[in-house]
Amino acid sequence: MITVQRSSSGSSHSPRSSSSQPYLSISVTEPVKLGNGVQAYISYRVITKTNFPEYQGPEKIVIRRYSDFVWLRDRLFEKYKGVFIPPLPEKSTVEKFRFSAEFIELRRQALDIFVNRIASHHELQQSEDLRTFLQADEETMERLRSQETGIFKKKPADLMQIFKEMQTRVSDVVLGKEKPVEESNPEYEKLKNYIFELENHLSEAQKHAYRLVKRHKELGQSLSDFGKAAKLLGACEGHALGKAFSDLGTKSETLSVRLQKEAHQLLMNFEEPLKDYVRAVQSIKATIAERANAFRHQCELAETIKLKEINLDKLMLTRSDKVGEAELEYKELKAESEEATRRFENIVRVMNEEIVRFQDQKTQDMGIAFHQFAKGQSRLANNIADAWRSLLPKLEACLS
Amino acid sequence: MMGSENLDSEEAHMYASREEMENLVLDEPSNNNNGTKSFSDYRSAMSSLADTHHPLSSPMAAPADSDPLLTPPPFRDFRNPNVATDNSSYIEPPSYSDVIFSPFDENAVNEINGVDSPGRSSDSSGFLSKSTSSSSDYVKITVSNPQKEQETSNSLVPGGNTYVTYLITTRTNIPGHNGSEFSVRRRFKDVVTLSDRLAESYRGFFIPPRPDKNVVESQVMQKQEFVEQRRVALEKYLRRLAGHPVIRKSDELKVFLQVQGKLPLPTSTDVASRMLDGAVKLPKQLFGESVAVAPHEVVQPAKGARDLLRIFKELKQSMANDWGGSKPPVVEEDKEFLKKKERMHDLEQQLSNASQQAESLVKGQQDMGETMGELGLAFIKLTKFENEEAIFNSQRARAADMKNVATAAVKASRFYRELNAQTVKHLDTLHEYLGLMLSVHGAFSDRSSALLTVQTLISELSSLHLRAEKLEAASSKIFGGDRSRIRKIEELKETIRVTEDAKHVATGEYERIKENNRSELERLGRERRADFLNMLKGFVLNQCPQSYASVKRWTIFFLHL
Repeated sequence: MITVQRSSSGSSHSPRSSSSQPYLSISVTEPVKLGNGVQAYISYRVITKTNFPEYQGPEKIVIRRYSDFVWLRDRLFEKYKGVFIPPLPEKSTVEKFRFSAEFIELRRQALDIFVNRIASHHELQQSEDLRTFLQADEETMERLRSQETGIFKKKPADLMQIFKEMQTRVSDVVLGKEKPVEESNPEYEKLKNYIFELENHLSEAQKHAYRLVKRHKELGQSLSDFGKAAKLLGACEGHALGKAFSDLGTKSETLSVRLQKEAHQLLMNFEEPLKDYVRAVQSIKATIAERANAFRHQCELAETIKLKEINLDKLMLTRSDKVGEAELEYKELKAESEEATRRFENIVRVMNEEIVRFQDQKTQDMGIAFHQFAKGQSRLANNIADAWRSLLPKLEACLS
Repeated sequence: MMGSENLDSEEAHMYASREEMENLVLDEPSNNNNGTKSFSDYRSAMSSLADTHHPLSSPMAAPADSDPLLTPPPFRDFRNPNVATDNSSYIEPPSYSDVIFSPFDENAVNEINGVDSPGRSSDSSGFLSKSTSSSSDYVKITVSNPQKEQETSNSLVPGGNTYVTYLITTRTNIPGHNGSEFSVRRRFKDVVTLSDRLAESYRGFFIPPRPDKNVVESQVMQKQEFVEQRRVALEKYLRRLAGHPVIRKSDELKVFLQVQGKLPLPTSTDVASRMLDGAVKLPKQLFGESVAVAPHEVVQPAKGARDLLRIFKELKQSMANDWGGSKPPVVEEDKEFLKKKERMHDLEQQLSNASQQAESLVKGQQDMGETMGELGLAFIKLTKFENEEAIFNSQRARAADMKNVATAAVKASRFYRELNAQTVKHLDTLHEYLGLMLSVHGAFSDRSSALLTVQTLISELSSLHLRAEKLEAASSKIFGGDRSRIRKIEELKETIRVTEDAKHVATGEYERIKENNRSELERLGRERRADFLNMLKGFVLNQCPQSYASVKRWTIFFLHL
């Protein structure tokens, strides 16, 4: 299993062995702001290096924008039911306008991880849509992208809506309206509950992580302001005391810079992985909804077939001329039903594999994130201690 | 001298967090007692820590002027085998409850240090004049036990007025007081009286400003809260008074602290009742000829109601000073003083700014601690959840990692809280001195009003002399003398004599105030320098141990990943 490293500069991975091992490695680099005002968007340079035979060549560079990635995600979601499609960074219509350097870098990083996760998934990497995404020229891409809106565009959010509607059907049962069409698999139930609760817990943790980033920035700012004030006060006092204040002020300002840096690190290496985890869980919820759909579809077909069977028997008994037609319909339905069952069972099988993969991957990702967090805090504490301590001899000299 | 005293709280705190480090450290110097107070001990302790944990802290031998933040630190291998072997599980949280003390609970600080030495008087009297404590005299004042009492004297409202009295306890070894410990009950009005009398007697001194009357707040706030707020303010005020080298010896203060029953100082209302006298005097002054200001009155600035004529004259003089063409005969010549006044003004501005920024720094630290704590809690919840719902081993592994992060974050949060409590204590010095600026203003205005009085009297004299000359010239023209004019000249000469006396007294007063200003400025400068240096040192020291402890904490966690 390939572990996806968070690349900070978007440099491409160079494979160790040249052609023996099949590899597909992608980099999302060089974000460039294009367009003006409301139409403004960011374009990325996507560099593919591969020795897969299905690909046009060892290296290919294309220009893509966010909505292209969305297209890819949606296509994969349609085609590979049951697979936990890697999550995309948020659409964020508001932040887009500000396009801060931080936002752009976060997005680039997230998109890079997105494609590489696809590339390292044994099923998804075979996708034709992926090949299109990585190789098609810009005009083709634009055409495909605009085709998608309306026809196939079923956002996971929509599916979530459907899933929620399903849950309200429980109340319908209580009121005696409908029978719930849900799997009665206790293990699966447990998994669903786990996923939903996990999202809540993770969101909360991520929220606090984000706030912690903000606190670092704020403390940095306060230290900087305090440093400036101390220096001004020192200018008033003069002599030894003035120098002491001035030194304190300078030190504060230095630490302020350090804190801002740490805030950035914290954002990239701790908060963002947590956010990524939340997105991943949301993606799983979409898959869960897909499975519910497939199950419902299968059940509905099974119901319909039963009715058709009864009808067919009736027709056969009455030797009606509609028998032929009905038989045909029945055969079609039967095929459809088998297809639906196959699809559903496939989803179940795939999900089982996916869940294992997910848990392992997440443990690894989180382990790295925590490691980074601790390392960051440890270094920060170290720097702070050193900085203040270096002032002490000077202060001592003043006091004597 | 003050350095060691200030260190006590820092060291107590530091040693407590070092107890935690003791669990981890293999070699530790054994002299971890509260007994050591000197900075050199602290240094040797820290350096020995540094020796055993060189991967974590840069050696003390690093040149003082190479900034560790600018020069990249050598790559530190955090996987120090020495430390790792000790623990298979992470450190047990130490009992911080013993160590956390509230910022202004000086009693607690004293208890922890096990000392209540006389030399601490300056500490307990607030944050000022720490450097002035001469060898062993001290005055310690406590305000406590607020009680509601009834106004017994005739009042219009049946049921009477209620007011609050406070128990004021003084402990002192200054001779001249009856005994070494005594208590009185006083109400806020008494404090106002004390403050007013001191302002009269100690013109030119930097008299600590008294707490506000807070008329609005007393109505709006909860009674208990308000009374408590006032009690704290009163205690601070009285301690500051006791900390002033001149005022602590004043009769007014002695009387306030010692005399039981009614406060035997003339109240401001008594003084103001002379308003009636003033209103009566005015017509006589305007229409009468003799308009001399009595010498004894000259010692005080013209009070609003009492001395209307004098007010008018001095106002006229000050306008002449500002807008008139000629310079008044006596001006503020002391360039030194003017420079210092400028500096005080600057200082006040910068203090105000610094005080504000100090507050936002404290808030920043507080927020950081809070969010750390919340993060820790969120992860603890996650951990619990993952463990309960675990199907895969990977989940349990993840849960274990999360628990480490959570614990570390929660500890960090506690550390920030403690750090902040101490930071508040130190930076409070800024607020204190900002408050003191008020008293500086007071002293400077004493000086300028005294000067104005002198100038007015001089102008007065010159116009009197002019009139006398004119009269004499006129009367000399009349043969045999002009009886009425001669009489007038005699009266005038009398007035001039009285006014001359007044001028002398006023000039003497002015000089006295000038001298007070000078000595106070010098004292303020001296004390301020010492207090600020201590503040800086305390602040910096405070930031250090906390950070070392947190370095350990994070590193330990880190090694387990």
